[in-house]
Amino acid sequence: MSHPIRVLIAKPGLDGHDRGAKVIARALRDAGMEVIYTGLRQTPEQIVEAAIQEDVACIGLSCLSGAHGHLFPQVVQLLKEKNAADILVVGGGVIPDDDIPALKASGISEIFTPGTSTAVAVEYIRNNVRK
Amino acid sequence: MYGNDLSPLLSQEVLDLLGGVMGGERRGLAKAISYVENSPAHSRPLIAHLYHHQALGKALVVGITGPPGGGKSTLTSFLVKHLRATGATVGVILVDPSSPFTGGAFLGDRVRMAHSNSDPGVFIRSMGTRGHLGGLSLATQDTVLLMDAYGVDFVFIETVGIGQSETDIVRTADITIVITVPGLGDEIQVNKAGIMEIGDIFVVNKADLDGAERVVTEINVMLDMAPRLGNAPNLRPPVLRTVANRDRGVAELWATLQERLQQFAEIGELALRRERRLWQSVLGSVQFQIEQQLSPVLAQQRSGILSRIAEGSSSPFEEAKHILQIIERK
Ligand SMILES: Nc1nc2c(ncn2[C@@H]2O[C@H](COP(=O)(O)OP(=O)(O)O)[C@@H](O)[C@H]2O)c(=O)[nH]1
Ligand SMILES: [Mg+2]
Repeated sequence: MSHPIRVLIAKPGLDGHDRGAKVIARALRDAGMEVIYTGLRQTPEQIVEAAIQEDVACIGLSCLSGAHGHLFPQVVQLLKEKNAADILVVGGGVIPDDDIPALKASGISEIFTPGTSTAVAVEYIRNNVRK
Repeated sequence: MYGNDLSPLLSQEVLDLLGGVMGGERRGLAKAISYVENSPAHSRPLIAHLYHHQALGKALVVGITGPPGGGKSTLTSFLVKHLRATGATVGVILVDPSSPFTGGAFLGDRVRMAHSNSDPGVFIRSMGTRGHLGGLSLATQDTVLLMDAYGVDFVFIETVGIGQSETDIVRTADITIVITVPGLGDEIQVNKAGIMEIGDIFVVNKADLDGAERVVTEINVMLDMAPRLGNAPNLRPPVLRTVANRDRGVAELWATLQERLQQFAEIGELALRRERRLWQSVLGSVQFQIEQQLSPVLAQQRSGILSRIAEGSSSPFEEAKHILQIIERK
């Protein structure tokens, strides 16, 4: 029996805007996924712990504060430490093109910048989560 | 006594899940919950083994229900805070509706639970209703059993107090808190059939808003007219006021909850409810297995049955007997 893909949408860092995160959350819901939204200002530890409890197949990180450079890789590192590296991690937000190679090298599977349509993100997640 | 029937079903997958849950592993519990949620039929051996290990019955199950936006999650999060101050541990199940059209869901209750997100004494799980009507209560009941076996002292279940399947869920709890708020109009939600009967403790949340006292009075009047509404005899449900987002009145609610549970234990109400819950799962399992056996047979026989009845050579009654004979022969 097929069941919905579960995705955690989280906002690490200190910026207080979650409009972008909510737009993607809604797009994923409308695509038939179960979206667990954790709210603002979550630490990487809190995000990983929530992802484990919710048994999600994907974590979507959204960050506008410019702190993605160390927060995103920290999430990937903590997942490895907790034996949960099978969880797909994608990122979004205001992220300069120059930062993307380093983020991908650290284990973030894909980065969606503000120009990307939500349909692209939905397709990417659907095709790349563990089956 | 059915141990031999179960053992061939102990696949490595089930063994691993069982080990994870009983070993108190968080990821193991999370995976086991997904397993029962995604495969209600295949996961029966896992649940069966929880009974065989006598791993059940320790956790006290608290249902929390009320209107959308009433402050259920906020109240739950502060109840958890007071519970944690005593050193007790808790599993929290947060149920929200799935879209009937896409099957997707936006599960945002964790936002209010943020301060418990990395507390090792709290395990929080969000669930969509996924459109399976009876199946939802099965999935939440299984999750209660898994959390119990994992070792928490309490399980809280938050559901929106509308619809039959939600009331069914809280009906299986050891104790149920019904939340109301001022400002929902004259025909307040309290009058809705079903909600009054399931409340063991009533909470008027948002007591900082106008009209809260009127709601308190209305509930008290209804309880005085029918003091046995809260289904424990001789224990009239208390009506409390809270301002959940400012943690006002929640310590009192936590104290009342513990006191009521203690009284339920003393007068035998707790045992009675647990027996009722267990019997419901026996009946539910019987129904589930009969349906599993029936549905392929019914699908196969449908056109034959309909045409025999149309010709006047049979009737629904005879066809039912015939179907039962087919199943018996299997
Ligand atoms: N004024 C007031 N607002 C509250 C109170 N409790 C909760 N809220 C707010 O009501 C909204 C809905 O709360 P939530 O816990 O998500 O409600 P739920 O849908 O029943 O789980 C949030 O904005 C809360 O901050 C209260 O006692 N007074
Ligand atoms: Mg809620």
